[in-house]
Amino acid sequence: MLVIEGLQVEVGGRMLLKRIDLEIKPGETHILFGPNGSGKTSLLMAIMGFPNYMVRGGHIYFMGREITGLPIHERARLGLGMSFQRPPTMHGLKTRQIVELCARGKVDAASLARRINMEHLLEREVNAGLSGGEIKRSELLQLMAQDPDLLLFDEPESGVDLENIALVGKTVAWMLQKDVEPAQGEPPPLRESRRQRTKMGLIITHTGHILNYLEADRGHVLFDGQLCCLGNPREILGCIGRFGYEECLRCLTATG
Amino acid sequence: MLDRDGLRARALAALDKPAKLGADLDLNRYEKASPPRPMLSASELRSLPTADRQRMLLAGVDLNGRDRCGTYLLVDTSVLHCSSQQEGVEVTPLTGALESLAWLGDYYWKLVEVDADKYTASAELDLHDGFLIRALPGSRSIHPMQACLYLDREGLQQNVHNIVIAEEGSELHVISGCTTSTRLRGGLHVGVTEFFVKKGAKLTFTMIHNWTEDMAVRPRSAARVEESGLFVSNYVCLKPVRSLQGYPTACLAGPGSVARFYSILAGSPVSDIDLGGRVVLEEPGCRAEIVSRAITNGGRIMARGQLIGKATGIKAHLECRGLIMGGGAMLAVPELEGHADGVEMSHEAAVGKIAQEEINYLMARGLDEEEAVSTIVRGFLKVEVPGLHPLLQAELDRAVTATQEKSM
Ligand SMILES: Nc1ncnc2c1ncn2[C@@H]1O[C@H](COP(=O)(O)OP(=O)(O)O)[C@@H](O)[C@H]1O
Ligand SMILES: [Mg+2]
Repeated sequence: MLVIEGLQVEVGGRMLLKRIDLEIKPGETHILFGPNGSGKTSLLMAIMGFPNYMVRGGHIYFMGREITGLPIHERARLGLGMSFQRPPTMHGLKTRQIVELCARGKVDAASLARRINMEHLLEREVNAGLSGGEIKRSELLQLMAQDPDLLLFDEPESGVDLENIALVGKTVAWMLQKDVEPAQGEPPPLRESRRQRTKMGLIITHTGHILNYLEADRGHVLFDGQLCCLGNPREILGCIGRFGYEECLRCLTATG
Repeated sequence: MLDRDGLRARALAALDKPAKLGADLDLNRYEKASPPRPMLSASELRSLPTADRQRMLLAGVDLNGRDRCGTYLLVDTSVLHCSSQQEGVEVTPLTGALESLAWLGDYYWKLVEVDADKYTASAELDLHDGFLIRALPGSRSIHPMQACLYLDREGLQQNVHNIVIAEEGSELHVISGCTTSTRLRGGLHVGVTEFFVKKGAKLTFTMIHNWTEDMAVRPRSAARVEESGLFVSNYVCLKPVRSLQGYPTACLAGPGSVARFYSILAGSPVSDIDLGGRVVLEEPGCRAEIVSRAITNGGRIMARGQLIGKATGIKAHLECRGLIMGGGAMLAVPELEGHADGVEMSHEAAVGKIAQEEINYLMARGLDEEEAVSTIVRGFLKVEVPGLHPLLQAELDRAVTATQEKSM
């Protein structure tokens, strides 16, 4: 379980996140909405422990343990993982190698890559000269290899072409154990463990396309440094689509 | 004709002439002679002490001869072994060749000036030995010829002169490993190498240097490439070295010829390294590439590169990247000179530290900071050389990985 209490985060000299409270239980997937620049990425970076995103107040707990001050890699080893919106290019490091690093050695990179249509890019340098959609798939591939318990997705479907959007959507759903039917050719042990859904997810989305592929439990809107509403993600998305963020927030705060 | 007396006279006159670049070494501090050692058979080579063979292996020289077409071994001042298993590829100790092969006068000291500085002069006056490697016209060898220049005697100045000739239409690969025994603390290695790549020939030369903290090294090398020829020079020096200065030069003398210089360097806190690469493109359609990667670790590294374009339709690129880790200084000096219309030359140089963003990214994948840094450094040092045979690329990668494992 992920528990965030009264989190305050300073970014670039500005208190961007003023008071964040959030709870994600095992098996739950939450959706994070919010206008551009509202701090969605910053929230994920702070959860993951990136030092530029300075926690000025509050607490983050994961699986009953306080992780607020832990370095990034210790959080990763406790089971937090993230798919980045704009990952850096890693010269001299091949995608195959980073996949092996993510999995700490024990992985069949080719068969994982096949799942996400990345097989032909395994020998390329990580993110070097990749298109927007390819970068998203590369991020998913690494996260699959890492196999964390809490998966943070930063706009996994942005920039992905129509051909691959279903693939990305279904893969995210599969990683979060939210797929309706088990995927074809999936190894039995994984299917077994799936009966007991344990993975937690937090997905940032602009378009909401991802909601066509998985059943999310809750939606949040990040506005003015706070998560100001909690509700059914589809309803929130519909509301934002119709009225825009400000109007939508007024409505939701009024009724909620 | 070989005029040794004339060369000697010029050398004598240059014996006190400092080099244009690099620290000025006092050659009187070094011994010029060592007791001669007997020749060894191939099987005797395999029974040399394990520690010595291990040092050679780290420098890319495998005395078992696996995947090699021949072996040359110089220890201190004596040639211990010299043999080729490949038809069409000859290897001969240079001192012997100078006595028996009159035509060598057309090659010996023809690309490097004997009176360039005190090091070239000294290499002529107190020549110990070196190798002549020659690929006969049209011959093709996949497996490289290996040459090891080994230093065992404390305080010795080892003077080596090598000549490599790839005759018309031939393909030749050479691995040259220069290293020292584990006992040795310091000495001086002066290595003159002249490369001749004839019409349509292909020569790759991969040089791996593994020195010790107190070694001084003065490579003096030059190449001449004829029409449609290809010369690839790879240089790896990742172990500590006190003082290293060299500025290998390739002259592209025939239309459509190509030269590539790749160097991978790491300095220790005591290192003073000044290494360059220069290509003169004299004919239309010539191509050149100079790539250098260097890491300082408290020492000082000067990475120079120069491209001189003298004909239309030439294309050349210079890339120089440096990382500063744990202090020190890294200087990148790229120079471009165009002397004709329609030359296309470019350079990129970057000096910096490892991007924190990249470290964090790998840490988010579960690597601790140290693992992340060494992964990035390995990637930085990994250079893929276009056209390099996979076997040699593997050898290059192995040299980089092996030294990283020991030092990081
Ligand atoms: N590392 C950083 N340094 C300085 N400012 C940053 C940094 N990261 C984000 N910001 C700023 O913080 C604000 C929120 O950014 P971000 O979290 O990326 O928003 P979102 O993901 O919701 O679009 C923006 O104004 C952005 O410019
Ligand atoms: Mg964002």
